[in-house]
Amino acid sequence: MTKHLLTIKDLDSWYGQMQVLHEVKMHIDKGEIVSIIGPNGAGKSTILKNIFGLIEKRKGKIFFDGKNIIKSKPENLTKLGITYVPQGRSVFPNLTVQENLEMGGFIRKDDLSEDIESVYKKFPGLKERKDQKAGLLSGGEQQMVAIGRALMLKPKLLLLDEPSLGLSPQMKALIFEKLIEVNKDGVAMVIVEQNAKMSLNISDRAYVLELGKNKMHGKGKDMLRNKDVAKLYLGGG
Amino acid sequence: MLEFFASNYALNLLILICIYVILSVSLNLIIGYSGMLNLGHAAFFGIGAYASALLALAGYPYWICFIAAVFFAGLGGAMIAYPSLKLRGDYLAIATLGFGEIARAVMKNWVSLTRGPLGLPGIPKISFFGLTLTTKFQFFIFALIIAILVVLFVSKIVKSPFGRVLRAIREDEIAAQAIGKNIKKYKVIVVITGAACAGIAGSLFAHHITFIDPTTFTLMETILIVCMVVLGGVASIRGSVIGATILVLLPEPLRFLGLPTSMAAALRVMIYAALLILLMIYKPNGIFGEWRFRHAKSKEAL
Ligand SMILES: Nc1ncnc2c1ncn2[C@@H]1O[C@H](COP(=O)(O)OP(=O)(O)OP(=O)(O)O)[C@@H](O)[C@H]1O
Ligand SMILES: [Mg+2]
Repeated sequence: MTKHLLTIKDLDSWYGQMQVLHEVKMHIDKGEIVSIIGPNGAGKSTILKNIFGLIEKRKGKIFFDGKNIIKSKPENLTKLGITYVPQGRSVFPNLTVQENLEMGGFIRKDDLSEDIESVYKKFPGLKERKDQKAGLLSGGEQQMVAIGRALMLKPKLLLLDEPSLGLSPQMKALIFEKLIEVNKDGVAMVIVEQNAKMSLNISDRAYVLELGKNKMHGKGKDMLRNKDVAKLYLGGG
Repeated sequence: MLEFFASNYALNLLILICIYVILSVSLNLIIGYSGMLNLGHAAFFGIGAYASALLALAGYPYWICFIAAVFFAGLGGAMIAYPSLKLRGDYLAIATLGFGEIARAVMKNWVSLTRGPLGLPGIPKISFFGLTLTTKFQFFIFALIIAILVVLFVSKIVKSPFGRVLRAIREDEIAAQAIGKNIKKYKVIVVITGAACAGIAGSLFAHHITFIDPTTFTLMETILIVCMVVLGGVASIRGSVIGATILVLLPEPLRFLGLPTSMAAALRVMIYAALLILLMIYKPNGIFGEWRFRHAKSKEAL
């Protein structure tokens, strides 16, 4: 199990009395992009929250770099190299773009300026708006700030919850293009998406989740061609 | 003019302004900068007042009374810090409101310690290092210095990197965790610090009025402090100073109408209420505010 970057073993997870995940298993290798797809309420977001230590009531094992992190808190996981971009526009709306990025590297002791520059290079358009409040940017720009902020921690694993939610088709395409670029720098990713086409397209592998259970698992491109997947999750495509 | 400011009447008001500046600035640290809707602030104020008064009446020097006020109010803060971690928004407001009521019930019913509704009369004058604050003017200078120190202290906190993380937590708790901050630690520190500052105000109040009883530290008092914060502007230190000043002075003209006390009190509450309503309509961010409460995003519920 140590050969994978992340391994989830038989994960059960509850909200109050309601069990939401049932013996979920998955793994992510170094540098991989892995998608989790499935219908509303399947538990996709809950898996990401579990990886990031946000869920208290749970059972099972999660290994990261060979270490069991089932008891770890978010602040420790960021130190190990996991970061999380939550669902929705997850910027600090009253902080400027620049301040958002600085906050991203808040726990680092070293100089941030170089990495902030490289975020601006990766997401052109943000630099001109660096002194604007992030809450005033467009949805796509906010998503780029959120991703840029996560990159400030130089993660090994980036967890993305519906990064294209509510964006225009062009903006969606742009975000996924950027994610490929980030991945080329060696950052592994777990992407949760309801609208799965684009996400499967850029994924090495994908898991289909249904009612909190593993339903299917395979290569991203194979999933795109799979008839069941197409019927259920790709809008007839 | 000078004579007016030297009069006991004016000095009393100025001292009260200092006390309420401390209360509103410290509450703003909790509510405005950290986004925790705390409705128990009068309890910390009261705990500080009782701690200071009881020790002073037992003959302890003032500096010990002062430290005790800070310590016990901070301890009260630690007690509500726990629900502050678990609850948010309206639920936190109700929990802290409950804490305030419990604290008041203790003040009222622990008769052997607090004399209950009879209150504590004859609280001695402040003296330290052989210096006794005998005149109102001396007391005012002392209160002013303490208020300035508290304002500087809180300003320093909110401008520091620590304060920036507080704002981040207020804006999005999950995102604040995503950048690697232990948000629980921050919340606990803020609640304890704000409560301890309210304890300072309590100590000043007890030794200024020289008589305290549980009726001062009610929910009404908390609401008054919340009004000061909201009027001046949530997350604005300058706003809290001005909000406290305005609301201490606002009801004063009523005194000269010669109304019976019961009526004057009711009228005061009505003025506060009217002011708040006007504020919500015309200036929902307060005079200097940068932020206002809105409904928590559903994704924040965990
Ligand atoms: N904080 C919460 N408290 C209680 N129940 C929750 C909470 N969050 C999610 N749930 C429930 O857990 C189940 C899984 O939710 P989850 O958010 O993981 O689904 P999802 O696959 O991400 O769905 P979506 O595609 O709508 O984002 C759902 O039934 C949901 O209603
Ligand atoms: Mg989801």
